[in-house]
Amino acid sequence: MTKGIVKGIIANLVLVEVDGPVSQNEICYIDLKGVKLMAEVIKILGKIAYSQVFESTRGLKPGDKVEFTEHMLEVKLGPGMLSKNYDGLQNDLNKMSGVYLTRGEYTDPLDEESSWDFKPLAKVGDKVTGGDWLGEVPESWIAHKIMLPFTMTGQYVIKSITPAGHHKISDEIAIVTDEDGKDHVITMVQRWPVKIPIRAYVDKPRPYRLMETGVRTIDTLNPIVEGGTGFIPGPFGCGKTVLQHSISKNADADLIIVAACGERANEVVELFVEFPELDDPRTGRKLMERTIIICNTSNMPVAAREASVYTAMTIAEYYRSMGLKVLLLADSTSRWAQALREMSNRMEELPGPDAFPMDLPAIVSNFYSRAGYVNLSNGATGSITFIGTVSPAGGNLKEPVTESTKKAARCFYALSQDRADSKRYPAVDPIDSYSKYLEYDEVQEYLNKHISPTWVDEVTHTKDILLRGKESYDQINILGDDGVPLAYHEKFRKSELIDRIILQQDGFDRIDQSTPMNRQRYMLEFILDICDTDFVFESFEEVQPYFVHLENLCKQMNYAEFEGSDFNRFKAEVAQIVAERRAK
Amino acid sequence: MTAFQKIYTKLNQITKATCSVNATGVGNEELATVDGRLAQVVKIIGDTVTLQIFAGTEGIGTDAEVVFFGKPPSLKVGEDLAGRFFNAYGEPIDGGPELEGEEVEIGGPSVNPVRRKQPSELIATGIAGIDLNNTLVTGQKIPFFADPDQPYNQVMAMVALRANADKIILGGMGLSNDDYLYYKNAFENAGVIDRIISFVNTTENPPVERLLVPNMALTAAEYFADIKHEKVLVLLTDMTLYCDALSIVSNRMDQIPSKDSMPGSLYSDLAKLYEKAVQFPEGGSITIVAVTTLSGGDITHAIPDNTGYITEGQLYLRRDTDIAKVIVDPFRSLSRLKQLVIGKKTRADHPQVMNAAIRLYADAANARTKLENGFDLSDYDVRVLDFAKKYSFEILAIDVNIDIDKMLDSTWALFREFFSPAEIGIKEEFMKLHWKA
Repeated sequence: MTKGIVKGIIANLVLVEVDGPVSQNEICYIDLKGVKLMAEVIKILGKIAYSQVFESTRGLKPGDKVEFTEHMLEVKLGPGMLSKNYDGLQNDLNKMSGVYLTRGEYTDPLDEESSWDFKPLAKVGDKVTGGDWLGEVPESWIAHKIMLPFTMTGQYVIKSITPAGHHKISDEIAIVTDEDGKDHVITMVQRWPVKIPIRAYVDKPRPYRLMETGVRTIDTLNPIVEGGTGFIPGPFGCGKTVLQHSISKNADADLIIVAACGERANEVVELFVEFPELDDPRTGRKLMERTIIICNTSNMPVAAREASVYTAMTIAEYYRSMGLKVLLLADSTSRWAQALREMSNRMEELPGPDAFPMDLPAIVSNFYSRAGYVNLSNGATGSITFIGTVSPAGGNLKEPVTESTKKAARCFYALSQDRADSKRYPAVDPIDSYSKYLEYDEVQEYLNKHISPTWVDEVTHTKDILLRGKESYDQINILGDDGVPLAYHEKFRKSELIDRIILQQDGFDRIDQSTPMNRQRYMLEFILDICDTDFVFESFEEVQPYFVHLENLCKQMNYAEFEGSDFNRFKAEVAQIVAERRAK
Repeated sequence: MTAFQKIYTKLNQITKATCSVNATGVGNEELATVDGRLAQVVKIIGDTVTLQIFAGTEGIGTDAEVVFFGKPPSLKVGEDLAGRFFNAYGEPIDGGPELEGEEVEIGGPSVNPVRRKQPSELIATGIAGIDLNNTLVTGQKIPFFADPDQPYNQVMAMVALRANADKIILGGMGLSNDDYLYYKNAFENAGVIDRIISFVNTTENPPVERLLVPNMALTAAEYFADIKHEKVLVLLTDMTLYCDALSIVSNRMDQIPSKDSMPGSLYSDLAKLYEKAVQFPEGGSITIVAVTTLSGGDITHAIPDNTGYITEGQLYLRRDTDIAKVIVDPFRSLSRLKQLVIGKKTRADHPQVMNAAIRLYADAANARTKLENGFDLSDYDVRVLDFAKKYSFEILAIDVNIDIDKMLDSTWALFREFFSPAEIGIKEEFMKLHWKA
């Protein structure tokens, strides 16, 4: 084991002189009067290993001893991670004693003592490799697969496998023999370094299946797919976190991993308080039962913040290998980029734009590329859908983190200050936002097959109406109400109708907060019917009150139980009003 | 303590804010004195220890005596803090006795997020722009974004005097001497001095000193909130000057500046302070109200921008020319945590009344634009304008001091005076209760 001594300290960057070999990203522990501080090697110069410490370095002195571990930053994977609240290094926060976080206190992410109902899936004589399923245990409502550790990439033969029964995570569940005839004991636990992607899959085809989020402005207008990537940039106060929370509550995923990265602690507390109470609309169980929270709030050490997004991604990859649909949300990736900037700065690297490291775009796209839809060797499929938020400095989208992310993510949900100021929530700008997936042939085919044969055309049509409405509105503003043809007012009000009824959604209303796809289809077609109707107006003064009346009625439909009596009553009323002014 | 002190006398580098000395066995963030001035270790490379000298390096010689204390900056906490004035080092400046409490390191660890409680108690200030429209909640952190010409110090003093908190801790950074005396007199005259603790760095003191002020104030706050389970309100003014001091130090240490010449770690530096706002499981709480002065109202500058991402809302002051008084701007101000208390800890009609009044106030702003552009006003326009004026004068103006029920009743009275029930658009159940004349 390599040892070292502390030679220098610059905030949380520590220079360690080593007496043997060290590797990049190796984990070491620095002994501060008996308290072990975890650190990661991020640069090596001669005998000096530059290490970023995941804790405060207050009181650390030159000459303090360091021990290297010969492994990179790892997560411990196994049954029992669901419903857990971890910090960025996968310490179980609930197991920590005391109100304050104690420096050097590291807790077990899994529960060694809990017992799991194991059922074998493989049999003696089977040829297996890393990631293959050996058995399963029920974890909450998920069939948690026990896999051959991903690190075992060669060919193995199962020599023995434990029969069905209750076992603890560290109990032997199988023995496998490698090509040299050596036996290996397999338990339910394995470890994996977070900075390296888990590649235990056959291939990563283009994604095609819609991932429902229940948020209309996403699902209808700019859908994200299973295994897709998206990002939400927006200035403060535009509702980034509220939108992410609402996606996490309603998304059609087996598992949600929320990485609260460098954000407000009270927002995470909201998850802690709400998720154990809220019902998952799909399974009727509590939301917390399908959620893992990785929480590294803004006041927790910066280096651990950088690690937290990788920890979250690695746990997501682990569950994807079980054939599950995983949704990973990170709030906010800008804080992660800032953590990279702080370290780069302390290492006195030449800076890129806004003092961010030069390789920021590469780091961001590498990270986003770990999401995706995969085919597993046994024919099952799994996916990680990743949505990150970006907090652009000064609300300016031409800053390095937003630009880097734009190159990597395929869906762009731009939150607009104007929409937020006028309380049009979710404040996703319908004109600036896009989903590249809408252009995919496979996605178009899927949508037309599963929603309606003309769905993609309808969505494009909707976007056209919105765009035309905006153009008309600009003209009205320039030329005045009576300076434009009457049709401009109608175009504008029709786009407003779509905005009010389809795009805006009341995240606090029991019914409106989440809209299933069949209802989204119904409402879009219902509203498009109105938009495609030619109306008769005598003067522009008649247009606004007429449409405001229509909007209010349609809004009531959104608040009513789908196809219930209230819903149908409002629908009939709308039909009647439309008929009154329909052009003959 | 003297037995552990290490003394060195050969400086090998001096900049405007830092100096370096060859020393061994020194810990990171350790406190020291250089020629009698307090300093803190900020960087150690081999034998070279870099110290940040809070009072500046003017007149320091290369033969200055450097004495290391073997401990980071600390504060003696105890009940005897109450009613006292201290400098940035936690030393009394009011002529009173030295502190005798337990010595605690400042800038200590953060609260485990799973141990936090969700904020749920409101802090009443008697200012309608806050209590009615942007309710403060215990454990919240919120700044005033104010231009230097706005009376933010007066408003802060008013909040301090009226707030129903057990302890009020003032962290003054770069206060002008006049403002310091203003606070001092305001507290003494109001007879609330025993609830108030002040840590003050004035413009007469060196700027780098103010880096200690927020942590001193928050360490005292943690004592009263966590140990004594009290409701503590911390007032920090002015955080922009704090950030300026941060940029001075990072500049002297040759760090590469990021946006607006601020250090790249500005977000983390500010978050470490603001996130000390917390609702403790045992009942105590720390609430932070800060002032961030803006330059020409520009909120895209790195300081207000990073602050906005950290804090739970922001408050803006505005001079209402109709009534010639200062109000808390009902449009741009926002308290993100108000949903946790309004209509729950306050009267059930609170959210609806708040929204209706702000909507009518917005209609008044539109009517005013119409008026300015030379258009004719409708009867409704005239009524909302009259409403807005009275609403500003009787309720919003910061010199009005009434409780929330009274604010609600007064708003209802104005609704009745100027509008029909349909124009108010409030739920039936509340109309039945409160519309009656």
